[in-house]
Amino acid sequence: MRPIPVESLRATLSNQPLEEAIYASTRRLMEKRAASIPEHLREDFQKWREQAHRIKRHTLENLDYYLELLEDRLRARGGKLVYARDGAEVARFITEVAKERGVRLVVKSKSMTTEEIHLNEWLEREGIETVETDLGEYIIQLAGERPSHIVAPALHKTRYQIADLFHEKLRVEREEEPEKQTLIARRVLREKFLSAGLGVTGANFVVAESGSIAIIENEGNARLCSSLPPIHIAVAGIEKLVPRARDLAVFFKLLGRSGTGQPLTVYTSLLTGPRREGEIDGPEEFYLVLLDSGRTKVLAEPRRRESLYCIRCGACLNHCPVYRKIGGHNYPWVYSGPIGAIITPQFHGMEKDWWLPFASSLCGACGEVCPVKIDIPRILLDLRAEAVREKIRSGEARLERLAFRLWAWVMTHPKVYEAAGLFNLALRDDESGWKDTVPGVFHAGPLKEWLRFRKLPAPPAKTFRDLWAARRQKEALEE
Amino acid sequence: MSADDVREEILAKVRSAIGRERGRPAPEPPEPLLEVPEMLLQQRVEQFSAALEKLSGKAHVAETAEAARALVEELISQRSAIASNSPLLREYGIASLPGVFTGYTDAAELKEACASADVGITGADYALADTGSLVTLSAPGEARIISLLPPVHVALVPRDRLLTGLDELFTVLPDPAEQTSSMVIITGPSRTADIEQILVKGVHGPRMLHAILV
Repeated sequence: MRPIPVESLRATLSNQPLEEAIYASTRRLMEKRAASIPEHLREDFQKWREQAHRIKRHTLENLDYYLELLEDRLRARGGKLVYARDGAEVARFITEVAKERGVRLVVKSKSMTTEEIHLNEWLEREGIETVETDLGEYIIQLAGERPSHIVAPALHKTRYQIADLFHEKLRVEREEEPEKQTLIARRVLREKFLSAGLGVTGANFVVAESGSIAIIENEGNARLCSSLPPIHIAVAGIEKLVPRARDLAVFFKLLGRSGTGQPLTVYTSLLTGPRREGEIDGPEEFYLVLLDSGRTKVLAEPRRRESLYCIRCGACLNHCPVYRKIGGHNYPWVYSGPIGAIITPQFHGMEKDWWLPFASSLCGACGEVCPVKIDIPRILLDLRAEAVREKIRSGEARLERLAFRLWAWVMTHPKVYEAAGLFNLALRDDESGWKDTVPGVFHAGPLKEWLRFRKLPAPPAKTFRDLWAARRQKEALEE
Repeated sequence: MSADDVREEILAKVRSAIGRERGRPAPEPPEPLLEVPEMLLQQRVEQFSAALEKLSGKAHVAETAEAARALVEELISQRSAIASNSPLLREYGIASLPGVFTGYTDAAELKEACASADVGITGADYALADTGSLVTLSAPGEARIISLLPPVHVALVPRDRLLTGLDELFTVLPDPAEQTSSMVIITGPSRTADIEQILVKGVHGPRMLHAILV
């Protein structure tokens, strides 16, 4: 089992500018979301969530049917559906297309799916220049980092760091104003758009009945990637399907509000195959690559299947007290926060990322805000149970089991319990109420680490047993 | 492994995961949730204007073709502009305004022209009142990039195409793919908040958006 990344967690928690950046940005995102669901919309919003949940459930329960329908409809519109079992197969397909057409430069819009499979690294290795064009992703690419948030990938970076980065990498004057920084990126990337031979995008939704993909964005870079180059390849997970275009309305309304607090994002594109006869621009070739890479494994677990309903809005990250402290980079995969905590171990196997479901206070905020009503807290518990079973099987949990056996024994023997309570009372520190000094004998084994950061809560002056006895006595007297 | 084998393998995994047999139809999907409120035109116009202005775009109402043409001329104000081949723009005399280039049918030429133009003028097939959005369908008369590359976008929308919102759009246009390879719903000027959540307009698309209801 992979250990908890204690060192990197400590580094994050003691990095004050980083803590402030994450905290402030997620707070703003929470406020924007709340403001976009005013009182008079609350009831509708709940209805949309239920509908979105129903549609995702229906589609996934009949996924093979919708996949075949999609393939037919897309073919009828002149596009082609390509399946990929893993990232390597996606990369191989895109490389083949690029090489056949002599493409040297690929422009990309933001896509978690391609992030998940490290597409850029594959393409760069084949000598194909690949440029991220979403502003946040571009910053991250220049910095050689990975995104720390599903929606706002450069959330952990300050404008001053970006000023240094642009100055160093783009050889431009050092510029600290976000507005001017954005203009610099616009200028550099515009050149790339105009000369790229291939555009790669993700897809937020895939419409089976229409053979269409829907892309949601604010900047316009996905529109450019899918309109200017002669070839457009969209990459998405097989779980992104919905039956009909009409189903998109609720998802558009939910995604904009949940992600960035917008009733509708700036650009919502519904694209179907390549440019048609008579249309002036748009790609001449269109491919949709659908990726499995662990998804069918999750699909096979009915209790956890709803993990695949996720529409990648990032609301659960913004509302998570754990994410807001540790940020995205301490999660082992590109999906962070509560959704990352439930899908990472399911995709990668429990033995690797067993600790993720435990990185939660189980406050339930994630489930409360999820626009498709994924019961994240329940799945966290389900995965915890599996992690513990796994530990018991492998014998790792021997000490823990012993501790719980001891606990059970104390709890089922009233006299022993009473004695333990008296012992606790004797340790009470009257000044602070909290015990600074847990007797040295306990600072050993697993308790040692635990006690480094924690004090014991103050025991009450009277135990429950005392109070109960007193009350019974009083009642007896009254009778 | 061949592409067909990969396809078969994934579909087989999907079927076994959800316990379905090959070729079985799916039950009816849940009824779509589309609610179209009753709303007077005047109300829709007001709502549209308010929503677009909140996004720092601007809505205008032009009662006559002359008024629309004068407004566009003022918005261009001597700068270079590209107009789409929309019949509406021709009819209103906007395509023939001085400084306006139009009539592109070649993608490469259009791309080059758009890359250096200051203003892009298009029609819009629909507008959505509650979100202040424009809906454009790619067609022989409407290219994709005129509304995207120039820093200012001006769009003309017939007032009777002003719908209440997304739900009405999908009611009148249940399957946009039947009409076009590209439907784009444009809601305000291009923007980002990727640096410290600070709002900046005009990242890759236009920084200003004018909608003229005619």
